[in-house]
Amino acid sequence: MKLKKTVLAAAALTLAVGPTAVSAQLADDITLVSWGGAYQKSQHRAYVEPYIADNPEVTAVWDESSYEAVAKLRAMNEAGNVTWDLVDVVASDAIRLCDEGLAMEIDHDELLAPAPDGTPASEDFGDLIVSDCFIPQIVYSTTFGYRTDMVGSTPPTDVCAVFDLEMYPGKRSLEKRPINNMEWALICDGVPKADVYDVLETDEGQARAFAKLDTIKEDVIWWSSGADTPQLLADGEVVIGSTYNGRLFSVIEEQNQPVAVLWDAQVFDLDGWIIPVGLSEDRLARSKDFVRFATDTQRLADQAKYISYGPARESSAPLVGQHADLGIDMAPHMPTDPENAKNTFLYNYEWWADYRDDLDAKFQAWLAQ
Amino acid sequence: MTAIDPPVLTADGTPLKASLRRALRREKARAFLLVSPLLFFVLLTFIAPIADMLFRSVENGIVHDTIPRTVQALRNWDPGESEVPGDDVFEAFYTDMVFAVERKSHTRLGSRLNYERTGLASLFRKSGRRVGKFDTKDYADAFNTLDPAWGNPATWDVLAGSEAANLPRTASAYATWLEVIQADGDDPLGEEPWDVLYAALFSDLMQAPAGGFASPLLNDAQSAAARFEPISLREQFGAIDEDWLDPQVWRTIQTYAARYTPGYFLNSVDLKLTADGVQYRDEGDRIYVLLFGRTLYMSLVITISCILLGYPVAFLLANLPLRTANLLMILVLLPFWTSLLVRTSSWKVLLQQQGVINDILVALRFVDDASRLVLINNQTGTIIAMTHILLPFMILPLYSVMKTIPPAYVRAAKSLGATDWTAFWRIYFPNSVPGIGAGSVLVFILAIGYYITPELVGGTRGVFISNRIAYHISSSLNWGLAAALGTILLFAVLMLYWTYDKIVGIDNVKLGG
Repeated sequence: MKLKKTVLAAAALTLAVGPTAVSAQLADDITLVSWGGAYQKSQHRAYVEPYIADNPEVTAVWDESSYEAVAKLRAMNEAGNVTWDLVDVVASDAIRLCDEGLAMEIDHDELLAPAPDGTPASEDFGDLIVSDCFIPQIVYSTTFGYRTDMVGSTPPTDVCAVFDLEMYPGKRSLEKRPINNMEWALICDGVPKADVYDVLETDEGQARAFAKLDTIKEDVIWWSSGADTPQLLADGEVVIGSTYNGRLFSVIEEQNQPVAVLWDAQVFDLDGWIIPVGLSEDRLARSKDFVRFATDTQRLADQAKYISYGPARESSAPLVGQHADLGIDMAPHMPTDPENAKNTFLYNYEWWADYRDDLDAKFQAWLAQ
Repeated sequence: MTAIDPPVLTADGTPLKASLRRALRREKARAFLLVSPLLFFVLLTFIAPIADMLFRSVENGIVHDTIPRTVQALRNWDPGESEVPGDDVFEAFYTDMVFAVERKSHTRLGSRLNYERTGLASLFRKSGRRVGKFDTKDYADAFNTLDPAWGNPATWDVLAGSEAANLPRTASAYATWLEVIQADGDDPLGEEPWDVLYAALFSDLMQAPAGGFASPLLNDAQSAAARFEPISLREQFGAIDEDWLDPQVWRTIQTYAARYTPGYFLNSVDLKLTADGVQYRDEGDRIYVLLFGRTLYMSLVITISCILLGYPVAFLLANLPLRTANLLMILVLLPFWTSLLVRTSSWKVLLQQQGVINDILVALRFVDDASRLVLINNQTGTIIAMTHILLPFMILPLYSVMKTIPPAYVRAAKSLGATDWTAFWRIYFPNSVPGIGAGSVLVFILAIGYYITPELVGGTRGVFISNRIAYHISSSLNWGLAAALGTILLFAVLMLYWTYDKIVGIDNVKLGG
């Protein structure tokens, strides 16, 4: 009896879904662009493998070009030959791609699946939809890791430990760009968190941030690749250094190095998909179909089994479980965990979109002097 | 006068001269055909991209293409007054912005202008969201109440044709509107005219001579429009953001309105183009001249270290018995075949403060544990790593030149009483100079364009200008500036090559034989 019901329901569902699925021709190939490494692997296992299991006719190809996605998409667009179907970028790049007319504006509620309780996608993602083109995936943070064996008996609890050469002597590593560093410098110079961007807008405020950074300039190793700080920490080259929280997780839990995370004043940032403009109809249909599946509540929660980045949907948070290989609880390693997120800082996209060029020139000039 | 000699004829009766010329032409054509694949390949993949890059460094069509009416209106605005431009500029800008937003090109223009004046990117983005919701809706309502014919695009179509002389703004706005609608694949007749058209019409009616229209519809509209409440577009823009009332914003747009700009080149040498002419950048922003200087200096140091290290190796290679020489040659080539990134990363492991070299020095008590040497993330790191990477490019030309120096020369010198040193310095070394020349040119030119290695081991003071070029290409997307920097670098190399030719003579460069 029950079986019959299920079969009937399935048949009804097929009938209901059938016509829409047939009317739009779907391409069989999909080219996904991501960052490579552990992150791309987590995406592959959490969304691509189950998607292909459901749609065996599909071949998914990864292109590890997210780092240069904006430049490459612009070049593809100029050449009139866009070969990517879905591109994983950080939020600030999504805003730029949207600004340049290279990413498609989408209706989040129409394209994306609602939460299991029926909450529309735009509410489930909430504030994380920072651009009309952006489909959020994860929340990650840039924060500090330190060597537990090099800080004596007083491990740092405050981000300003980075600027405290007396208490924590030794080299530190910071990213070779103004973003985040300027904010941390001002916070540690006594600027209240809420006023940071107002202060940073003025010449005096910028001078103040540079003056604070000057105090440690001789002791900083500047990194440009996310893998640098974990390596420098593992080799004992630096006492403390900034990097992405997922990188620290792998140093600590997977490689068992004497490193701990300093969550104070971690800077949240977002990563997600954009759909390039200029796709043919069948490819666009496939991209939409895939992205709807890949960003539903369960898939985003699944991704957290492989990497310690927080799912962008509110409804995914309760479903986050244990690491797929290590079997440890992932929640305490998430940047969004209440215990870790006591003092956080949200990176101001709009502000940096304006000031990036200007401050970057100043920052590079400051570095070179 | 002698009679003209009859032309020499070939067997088939054509003059010999013509026949020869034809044969020669055929030869030439065949030769050209043979080289043409390579020629086209070089043109397509080498010359064309370079030309394109040179062009990008001055090209600036985006301002003119995105806001043509504003650019036109700004021509009559004298920035000396340091006042906000007049209503005509705001009207033109409103029309341009509405269509730019529809084409999604306004944000792109914002990012372009943001390179010159910080804050314009968000100003354009923000204004783009609001420009469709201006109070100009009131004009549309008022005209439609006056005569429902205004709601019909056909009316506009007729008037934009027949009355174009008296309705310049309306006609031009209508033409763009048609383009935009048709670009979307929609039928213009099925669309409602946009507010921007009514605003243009209102402005035209106010400025045309009273009753000067052929169409009664327009004459009626004109007398009625005089009673409409005028909407100041300047206030509308001012309400979005006060920055629109800042003359500096308009001066920036005016300064960068030209289709071709020297702006990128000026930026590349730490100058900037402002409304008041060319000025120095602020002290804290100057970076490129320093980086160009540093690039040249470090490339020179790297070239000299390559000569010092490579010369003895090449000498050994050329003078040892063949079997030993071959083994040594493999040692030279082995790193050459290894991935660049692997070699660079290995230098990290060796050179860092907790690295192999420092560990050994500490173990041997050459340096104190507390004062380990800083060998990486500075100029030293870049010079060490790049000297190693570029060394084969010095050794190989040196070796091939040394191989051709007959050993008899040195023997002859010695038999005439020269010491070892004199024989080397007076006989062998001058013969090997072409190899040094070739190696130096190769190493120097390769070094000047390197960016991966300096990025990884150069820290802050060991980076090259190419790192900034890469940054502007892939990260900041300021391709114009990247192109200008690249062009300057290209010409610097050509100049150096030319000087080298003048001083040493390029005939003295030998890669072998």
